[in-house]
This record gives sequence, structure tokens and C-alpha cells, in this order.
Amino acid sequence: MLDFLDLNFITSRVMPYLDRGLLMSLQLIIPASLIGGFIGVVMGVLRVFGSAPVRHATDAFVAVVRGIPLTVQLMILYFGLPNLPFLKIYLSPYAAALIGFIICTSAYQSEYVRGALLSIQQGQIKAAQALGMTRWQTIISVIVPQAVRRALPGCGNEIIYLVKYSSLAYLVTCIELTGEAKVLVSRTFRPTEVYLVAACYYLAMVTAATWLLTKLEQKLAIPGFGPQK
Amino acid sequence: MNAHQNDTPILRAEHFSKTLGGRKILDDCSIRMRPGDVKVLIGPSGAGKSTFLQCINCLIEPDEGEIWLGDRKIDFRNTRELCGLRERVGMIFQDFNLFDHLCAEDNVALALRKVRGMSKAEALERARMELARVGLAERAKLYPAQLSGGQKQRVAIARALAMDPTVLLLDEPTSALDPELVGEVLTVIRDLAARGMPMIMVTHQMEFARAVATEILFMEHGRVIEQGSPAELLAEGAQTRTQDFCIRLCDLCGGDASTLDGEGGTASLTPNAECPEA
Repeated sequence: MLDFLDLNFITSRVMPYLDRGLLMSLQLIIPASLIGGFIGVVMGVLRVFGSAPVRHATDAFVAVVRGIPLTVQLMILYFGLPNLPFLKIYLSPYAAALIGFIICTSAYQSEYVRGALLSIQQGQIKAAQALGMTRWQTIISVIVPQAVRRALPGCGNEIIYLVKYSSLAYLVTCIELTGEAKVLVSRTFRPTEVYLVAACYYLAMVTAATWLLTKLEQKLAIPGFGPQK
Repeated sequence: MNAHQNDTPILRAEHFSKTLGGRKILDDCSIRMRPGDVKVLIGPSGAGKSTFLQCINCLIEPDEGEIWLGDRKIDFRNTRELCGLRERVGMIFQDFNLFDHLCAEDNVALALRKVRGMSKAEALERARMELARVGLAERAKLYPAQLSGGQKQRVAIARALAMDPTVLLLDEPTSALDPELVGEVLTVIRDLAARGMPMIMVTHQMEFARAVATEILFMEHGRVIEQGSPAELLAEGAQTRTQDFCIRLCDLCGGDASTLDGEGGTASLTPNAECPEA
């Protein structure tokens, strides 16, 4: 037990190893949250304001994505697609993980955005129309900017989830933080230190994300929306 | 009001009918606007006044009826013509409907940029001018949440006027206001009337209607049942439904002075007192 939590081991062995994993995790999380967030907003808008077929299609997409465990989705993307009879789609581990995360996070984000869109009072839509603005002008310059502000706390929650479910990427051999940790444990047989450091890294990422989201909320805050001064 | 000799109507809404949920809300209502006209729609609640008003710019699409802007008939099923119509017909709502995420000047500038295609600088300049006209030059940077009800309604008026409307529709512009704020909005509207802005207004401010209206349309059960100048309809012993309605409305105010109606009545008396001179 003497060398339990051996600082030297942690700094010289564990951290350099896990830093690589951290980098890969960030390469998954940052694009997935940005692209997924954008698609989420677009999909939320389509689910509320789209024509009937568009609404049904996007609703169905969200129902499917939310109804299947992310693990299974990733397996299908990485192991399943190459076996499709005619179009054999081969995805790299990174691509499979990133696409899986984007699909998943955008479906959840669209739900937060949809709720926020529905909360904008009808009167403002009428006012915009009465000024001669078209339906899409109204949606883009009146409804969405308000809805995004209302959806932000929920969307931030989803991004924090994303930080953590990015750990599933190692299942499709995209070796990120958790993956590297597992590999290191199998080499050193020192799970306590390795997983503890990995846990700290996740905590640090979530803390940074929370801080950024708070900053964003403050930046977007206007009287009537967001935190009051 | 006689400054304009031109007799062609600038806007005609002809034979509007609207059925909602099996009930006829509007039954063959028409209105013609000439330059300088200020027409006031009054009547009991549920008479179809607001529906009629919102049909004129097709916020509610009438089942039947024609809209003519000058000598051009508007096909309101054509999105482009519909937007064109709405651009020319300004509207003021009971509950202001300002864009909550934009400050006062951006509220006014938004449609100038999106609909008129003005540059941001041009639109803001125009917006500040319009805000100054309604006495809000100093509040241009404030957000709706920071404005009082009367200020919000004045921003809404500036927003509508910035589009240079041919006709302004006002749907109970003072009904959602605290009694002491009614006066400031009525003052702005009276100024507009004095400058010859054609307006169609739904209101319960009878004294104000009497003072500014060129014509009163009394509606009941979706029909215009009386129509005429305030002098005709509200003359002593005129025996009209309009007068009967006004007397009942006044009785309500006088009978219970502590209610909102009572306070609204006092607020509207002040502008009225000044009106004969105007």
C-alpha cells in the first residue's frame, strides 16, 4: 500500500498517457456539441414550424434516436454499416463515434429547442407578420433568438451529458480518455490511480463546459431573458 | 380633415365574412378608408370588432371578402401580395407585442431592414427618428422588459409608423394599460389623427372616439349595424344603438368608480377636455 497514490507514477506515467486520450475526447466533444447543437436548433425549428411531412419525419427521427441506446447506435454505425448488402459503408472509429454523438446530441437538443420555441407568445409572431415579414423571416429573426436564450440551460445540460457519454467511443475502438485509461490499466494493473486521474479529467472538462456555458448565458442575457443583474 | 379632396378610397375592405367553429363571427362587413379618415369600431365584446380589424391585414384570413389597396385588389392567398399589403397597413395591438429580445430602436428597425431592405445604419437612424416622434428618444436602448406599458405601446406605434403605412389599425391600444398611462398613448394617437393619418381603431374610450373619429361603426353579432359621424350617432336624443351602448358603458363607469373602467374614464376625460380646441 506504500505506493498507493504514488504522485511520481501519476505525473510521469498516467498523465502523459491520459493527456492523449483527453485530446481525442476533446476532438469528439467540441465538434459534436457545436455541430449537434446547430442541427438541434434547425431540427427543433422544423419540428415546430415545418410542413406536416417535415414535422413527421423529424419527429420520427428523434423518436428512433431517443429510443435506442447510444451504445447500440455506435455499434450499428461502426460494425453494422459495413455489412449493408449494397452500400458497404466503412467508417473510421473516429468518424463512427463523432457521427453517433452528433446524431444523439442533436436529437436531444432539438427537444430543448422545441420546448423553447413553443414558449414564445403568439402575439410577437402576429406583430412580425403585421409588419410584412415573411414566415421564415419571423422565425429566424424573432422566434429563434428568443428560443435559443430560453433553451440554453437545457442545451448546456445536454452538452455536459455529451462530455460524459463521449466515454462510449472506446466501444468502437476510438481510443479517447476512457479507452486510454483502460489500456493503461491493463498494462500497469493500477486501476485506482489511472481511473482517478481519468475521473479528474472528466470533472475538469465538465467544470470548464459549465463555466463556458455560464459565460455564454451572461453574454446573451438581456433584460427579460437570462440571469438578472 | 378636409385638406384632402381626393375621393378615391385608399383602402377598401368589402363584404368580409368569417365563420369560426360553426359560429358566424363576421357577416358581410365592409369599410372604406379615404385620406384622413379615422374610423372607430365599437360594440359589445364578442361583436367581431377585433376579428374584423385583423381580417383587414389578413392576420385572420376572411372566408369571403375583398381587400382593395387604392385601385388594386389584393390576392391575399398570394404570399407576396399579402406581405405587401401588411407592409402598407400598420397594426397596433392591445398587448403591444414588442419583440422581447430587441431594444426599442431595434424593435423599430427590424422590419425596416428585413422588409424594406434598409442598411442597419439607415434603419437605426429612421428608428431613432420615429422614437423621438413618440417622445422616447432617450429610451431607444432599453428593452421591452425595462419599459412601462405606455412606453411599450408608444414603441409599437413608432414601429408601425416607421413602415410609412397607408392606414393604421389599432386594436384596443389602451385596454392593457394602467389607467394613468392611457393618456400618453392617446396623446400620440390624437397627434396622428391631427396629422391626417388614416386609422381604424377598436376602442372603448368613448370620449376619445367622439373627439377624434370621423365615423363610428357600431358592431353587434358580427354585423355593422350603425354607421355615421359621432355627431349623428351620439347627438342628444339620437335614439341610436350606439348612443344606448355608450350610455350603458358610462353608467358602468359612473356606477362603480373604483373599477378599472372608472379610472379609465377619468383618464380619458382629460384629453377630451382639450379636444374642442384642437
